Amino acid sequence: MHIRLKIWRQENSQDAGRMQDYELAAVDPDMSFLEMLDMLNEQLLGKGERTIEFDHDCREGICGQCGVMINGRAHGPLKNTTTCQLHMRSFAEGEVIYIEPFRATAFPVKCDLKIDRSALDRVIQAGGFISVNTGQAPEANSIPVGHGVAEAAFDAAACIGCGACVAVCKNSSAALFTSAKITHLVLLPQGEVEASERVRQMVDQMDAEGFGHCSNTEACEAECPQQISVLHIARMNWEYNKLQLLKT
Amino acid sequence: MLESKIPDGPLEDKWRYYKEHAKLVNPANRRKLEVIVVGTGLAGSSIAASLGEMGYRVKSFCFQDTPRRAHSVAAQGGVNACKNYKNDGDNIFRMFYDTIKGGDFRSREGNVYRLAECSASLIDQAVAQGVPFGREYGGYLNNRSFGGVQVSRTFYARGQTGQQLLLGAYQALMRQVHLGTVQLFARHEMLDLVTIDGKARGVIVRNLDTGNIERHGAHAVILATGGFGKIYYLSTLAMGCNGSAIWRAHKKGALIANPSWTQIHPTSLPQSGEYQSKLTLMSESLRNDGRIWVPKNQDEKRLPNQVPEEDRDYYLERRYPAFGNLSPRDIASRAAKERIDAGYGIGPLKNAVYLDFSRAIKEQGEPKIREKYGNLFRMYEKITGIDAYKEPMRISPAAHFSMGGLWVDYELMTTIPGLFALGEANFADHGANRLGANSLLQACVDGYFIAPYTLGNYLADEIKTPTIDTSQLAFDSAAARVEGQLRALMSIGGKLSADHFHKTLGKILYDKCGLSRSREGLEQAINEIKALRQQFYEQLYIPGGMAINSELEKAGRVADYLELGELMCYDALTREESCGAHFRVEYQTPEGEAKRNDRDFSFISAWEWAGSHNPPVLHKEPLKFEFVTPTVRSYK
Ligand SMILES: Cc1cc2nc3c(=O)[nH]c(=O)nc-3n(C[C@H](O)[C@H](O)[C@H](O)COP(=O)(O)OP(=O)(O)OC[C@H]3O[C@@H](n4cnc5c(N)ncnc54)[C@H](O)[C@@H]3O)c2cc1C
Ligand code: FES
Repeated sequence: MHIRLKIWRQENSQDAGRMQDYELAAVDPDMSFLEMLDMLNEQLLGKGERTIEFDHDCREGICGQCGVMINGRAHGPLKNTTTCQLHMRSFAEGEVIYIEPFRATAFPVKCDLKIDRSALDRVIQAGGFISVNTGQAPEANSIPVGHGVAEAAFDAAACIGCGACVAVCKNSSAALFTSAKITHLVLLPQGEVEASERVRQMVDQMDAEGFGHCSNTEACEAECPQQISVLHIARMNWEYNKLQLLKT
Repeated sequence: MLESKIPDGPLEDKWRYYKEHAKLVNPANRRKLEVIVVGTGLAGSSIAASLGEMGYRVKSFCFQDTPRRAHSVAAQGGVNACKNYKNDGDNIFRMFYDTIKGGDFRSREGNVYRLAECSASLIDQAVAQGVPFGREYGGYLNNRSFGGVQVSRTFYARGQTGQQLLLGAYQALMRQVHLGTVQLFARHEMLDLVTIDGKARGVIVRNLDTGNIERHGAHAVILATGGFGKIYYLSTLAMGCNGSAIWRAHKKGALIANPSWTQIHPTSLPQSGEYQSKLTLMSESLRNDGRIWVPKNQDEKRLPNQVPEEDRDYYLERRYPAFGNLSPRDIASRAAKERIDAGYGIGPLKNAVYLDFSRAIKEQGEPKIREKYGNLFRMYEKITGIDAYKEPMRISPAAHFSMGGLWVDYELMTTIPGLFALGEANFADHGANRLGANSLLQACVDGYFIAPYTLGNYLADEIKTPTIDTSQLAFDSAAARVEGQLRALMSIGGKLSADHFHKTLGKILYDKCGLSRSREGLEQAINEIKALRQQFYEQLYIPGGMAINSELEKAGRVADYLELGELMCYDALTREESCGAHFRVEYQTPEGEAKRNDRDFSFISAWEWAGSHNPPVLHKEPLKFEFVTPTVRSYK
């Protein structure tokens, strides 16, 4: 395949950044998208040019590190797929492909396609856990959890923290990410005890990080590689409102 | 020199005895003691969180942008624990025995028993953290059997067990960060270990965002930096996985044990082209229903579904009738390589074998297979574009897990006092072959339940040591050396990329120190690696500057791999027997099975660094079997 690329280049967080044109011939349709970038980088290196910085690690769709905007869509044209699991056969011969970093105030660009998503860690730090110290756990089967409940908790827990939900949201909201963690933990009896503290602190932290509010456009769910449901956002709101009501 | 420190006495009392006699640090003193934990996988996150909870001052490092992306996140299959929830006769001794035997009698009895003993508490811990393990309809935990054992002891969270366990540990870690007991340094790579008076006292790290070289001091250093299987370039490991942390510690005096024992996993996706960067693992659970075959005819032109039964060679069923498609990983991988090398491989590169579900689909119906493996079939289709409900999958062996690593004693301490190694970074517990679902267990158990005690035992003697001053000479010289190395790499100014060298090294190792090894091949490999290393220092090119620069990161890792790879070959060369993942073609039975030699090789090989131009020095830790008798592993 022959393809044309327009890629965001930005030296560092101070640099204004710009789109730059590249061309690649002899792209194998079986290549993954990141392998195509490897190939481009190999060519840039051959010409003595600085290679394109992008984030990735597992290349298996599970670590959540590889997200970029491809032709304006988070992780590219396929549904529920991370960038590393996207293959060049999904593009047409001669196609022009636009590649940009995920954009959000809370995700500053570091270099080229690399961004800083540590805001998501701080949201978890604010309460996205069950407060149990090592060594004090009771026998596991002493806390029965219904099959359906465990599966539902899993559906929420499957979030890989890639940030696509933030990137596609017109308000740059992290509601899908945060609510998934809230649902995961509140569904389980172990996590219910701290439910109200958790939701208050996590929501406050989300605001403090500069993420916007959710206005229910549901783009996040559509682009999420793990098919995390927007219903979790409703649950988060419900938990939050319950807390406000009980307070007054 | 190699004192394993395994407590005397009956197997079942060793760990209890150790804990009863280990020294303690009182809570007021813990606040004065600092510990560095490099790595935030299951081993690193669990120990950092546990130490934080106990009141130590902890610094946690990883090279990813957040701890949650450590490679433990990728583990699919499950985690073992003997809970005997199925009432099928599982118990600690049985699990201990399966693991010892699975490792081909090349691990320590004391360590392995402790692994089995602590396994039940891990499930308790994870459940308390909210890990959503699979459940029965009555609400109790479910489990399944895995990789050649006869009881159900593998707990799982769909096909994402590693992810969920890691999120549990990560959340515990984040809680400590919030409480201020743990300081987090993501996007930081450890590039050297600092020792003072022979003890580990800190690390030199590079901030991958700014390029700055930083110094961090501590009373003890823990390396939980995972496996180095990525040395083969094509492997099931993440792109960033590396051997650098353990290698730099090795050069500072820590011995490395059994480095050549790399597990090659039988069910990965085959390489499809030269550009390929990784091989994706397909869960081994597929072998429960899939049948493995190659055509009987070397130049079979027909599509797989058109090849009639009589022209198919179900070679695992043929050679190992008792275990068939479920034979252990080392056996299944080797049998595939044997067929591929003999010219029966399939696919465009003739480098794969078929994993066929047609019979299972006919017998159980497609919905049943979809329910069991749907996500794996989807993943397969995403990568290959092939619908495995309609035609067989193509699979092939791939480097997957390092059984070797830093040598540690029973306390998980390396030969450098104050330097500990946890999880896949150490060599302990798995012997020459790891059973499925035992690695997540080991990483977790090391971090949650073993190191908190053994570290306390060490730190109890350190309470009078003041905060480590990082302006000392040892830090100066380590930092200067790291900066010198980085500048040297940047200034080579050749024409070839770090990836080029990595791929070339990987190919040498795969061919000559991979699934099968021979004296001749290993000797060649050592020479080829030496030459490649020389070429690396003449021909490498790194564009860009000293700040964010992935090419520089890769180059540093490849430089270390070029040394570690040579050590792997030495290790394989001296072990003149076949055991587990190590198959020396000179030592096989007439039927082509591995031939172990317990009389001469019942020891752990621990290697000492002797400088760049000298061969490494071998130390032997004899293995004592007091409670089991090594037997021949037969899966016929
Ligand atoms: C695809 C796949 C599937 C698997 N499936 C299973 C399974 O089903 N069951 C099972 O039991 N095991 C499985 N394993 C094996 C298991 O996942 C690993 O052995 C285990 O997770 C290793 O954990 P760890 O904590 O030792 O290391 P890792 O999780 O690899 O963590 C390493 C950490 O070290 C950090 N690090 C490394 N080098 C440096 C450095 N120089 N400086 C700073 N930080 C550094 C990394 O950032 C990371 O945080 C699987 C492995 C793979 C690859
Ligand atoms: S690189 Fe890990 S999800 Fe893509």
